[in-house]
Amino acid sequence: MGIQIDLDNCIGCGNCLPACPYGLIELIDEKARINEGCTLCGACQEACEYDAILIEAAAETVEISDSHHGIWVFAEQRDGRLKSVGYELLAKGRQLADTLDTELCAVCFGHNINETEQLIAYGADKVYLIDNPALANNQEELYTRELVKLIQQYKPAVVVAGATSLGRSFIPRVAAILRTGLTADCTGLEIDTETRLLMQTRPTFGGNIMATIICQAKRPQMSTVRPRVFKKGTPDNKRKGQIIKVDFNGESVTSRTKLLNFVEDLTERVKLEDADIIVSGGRGLGKAENFQLLEELASVMGAALGSSRPPVDHGWIPYSHQVGQTGKTVCPKLYIACGISGAVQHLAGMQTSDTILAINDDPNAPIFEVASYGIVGDLFKVVPMMIDRLKKG
Amino acid sequence: MNIAVCLKQVPGTTKVKVDPQTNTLVRQGIENIVNPFDTYALEEGVRIKERYGGKVTAISMGPPQAEAVLREAISSGADDAILLSDSAFAGADTLATAYTLAKAIERLQECDLIICGRQTVDGDTGQVAPELAEMLGIPFIAYVSQIEEVSNGYMRLQRMVEDGHEVMETPLPAVISVVKEINVPRLPSLRGLTKAKSAVIPVWSISELGVDKTRVGLSGSATKVIKIFFPQRVHHGEILQGELENQVDSLVEKLREVKIV
Repeated sequence: MGIQIDLDNCIGCGNCLPACPYGLIELIDEKARINEGCTLCGACQEACEYDAILIEAAAETVEISDSHHGIWVFAEQRDGRLKSVGYELLAKGRQLADTLDTELCAVCFGHNINETEQLIAYGADKVYLIDNPALANNQEELYTRELVKLIQQYKPAVVVAGATSLGRSFIPRVAAILRTGLTADCTGLEIDTETRLLMQTRPTFGGNIMATIICQAKRPQMSTVRPRVFKKGTPDNKRKGQIIKVDFNGESVTSRTKLLNFVEDLTERVKLEDADIIVSGGRGLGKAENFQLLEELASVMGAALGSSRPPVDHGWIPYSHQVGQTGKTVCPKLYIACGISGAVQHLAGMQTSDTILAINDDPNAPIFEVASYGIVGDLFKVVPMMIDRLKKG
Repeated sequence: MNIAVCLKQVPGTTKVKVDPQTNTLVRQGIENIVNPFDTYALEEGVRIKERYGGKVTAISMGPPQAEAVLREAISSGADDAILLSDSAFAGADTLATAYTLAKAIERLQECDLIICGRQTVDGDTGQVAPELAEMLGIPFIAYVSQIEEVSNGYMRLQRMVEDGHEVMETPLPAVISVVKEINVPRLPSLRGLTKAKSAVIPVWSISELGVDKTRVGLSGSATKVIKIFFPQRVHHGEILQGELENQVDSLVEKLREVKIV
């Protein structure tokens, strides 16, 4: 273990017990003992007034040279269209770059990508662009190699990417090759002005605990952020920036994995990520057929159809509709939760929505704790009434 | 097919509650379980073995009591198991964990396929599998929902993406991470339970693995947790009152006022 109790200094005061967020410390024979599961977060050390808790610090052998600078955002595209998450990260990246007084760069791979100058309008100073037919269709192996090459050449201090299925599968490979730290699914990114380090805050333990994480001795500092966690800024089409076209040498790298076919899920008529209104159903729907009622409400409102985990587990609706920890993070103007109890994993995916309406017959359901408006009642009565009122216009 | 399945012991987090007095996790009555996503990884490994022959080795890195998840794996169809345990492995982030697992898989020799769950329910990062693949220098495919076929050193499979699924092909050896849609894990068999009870599970420490000490545990971790806190939920909400009809009327009116509908 990297943590030890100095038995001479420990007086058994017990101050460290409540400090441990995991409740791992107990007093045995009037001495503190730390049980298995410690993450070395240091909360107990701060609480101890007797210097009795020793944490073996990681060997900081790597000197961070000043040669690493700049904030990079990986701007993801699909079929040549830039995804919103790239713009969201540029808004946050701009703040970070301004705090550090450094440049903000977007990196974009693909083929026939539209509107790359928009990346500049949304805050990038430079755009590194590799446009090649071989890079269409999110070629993860090639993206991994190309991003590593660019990072090694230009040495950014920070690299941020969307925690999409693409980002979550290729960004860790980039971090592994560079042997640097990567923090997944960050909900907060700030610069500590004293140390100039990136403070990365993320939920853990299914959203029950928040952890702030740093990457002290390795560069770049890397994070992924779920779509819709940060808000897009307003584009400024007069902003000046540089688009740097980078050559792609297709002969030196080929992908071992091959995409044979893509099968689109057609049940998702309005995309969750793009929707202003989401009508979502949970266990309370009882069966697959009852989603028709929500579909009717959704179509009256021009809304997308979402789901909590149980309906997906029961096969009532495809996974692409799932909102939450293992599904999508959404942030619509209005989220209507019907028959959703509000497990912490579901809340993690929707609680930043502008307005949340909860309909549930259990007045004690946790969903009401985050709801802007709550109706305690039978959704099979409430939803038809809503449809009726909305149709009347 | 020689298949390695990586499993992690995690607290049964669905039961995690915060004590409002002390603001700490209530651990009483929380048992450790196999990370639920890893049970699908194990089941898929066993199914591939049953279809194509070979063997399944379950691997876990953790404290000595993590042996329990490996016995469980054997009861559900794994042939062998190895526990990676050393006090120097404590405090590992995903980079150090992936390195340690990679060294163990290299020592196992001739693994054709390494299967992981999509993510753990405690850390929730999903980073170990792709980092592991890169350290082994082999291909990686995430979110696999179906194995279609294995033949001539290639595997064809389906994986889930945001808006549908992709059919992919990869040469072996490779690392994949699987989603829960891939199968329904079996219950332990009586024979498996007997086997699990008497199985000898080797423990590999730093010396068996021959790893670089500066790359494991806390010293091998690039990231460091500097602060832990509990999320604050500020509640400004309103529970509507009165007859249901009137509640719906006032709700629709409120939504129209703010021009949402």
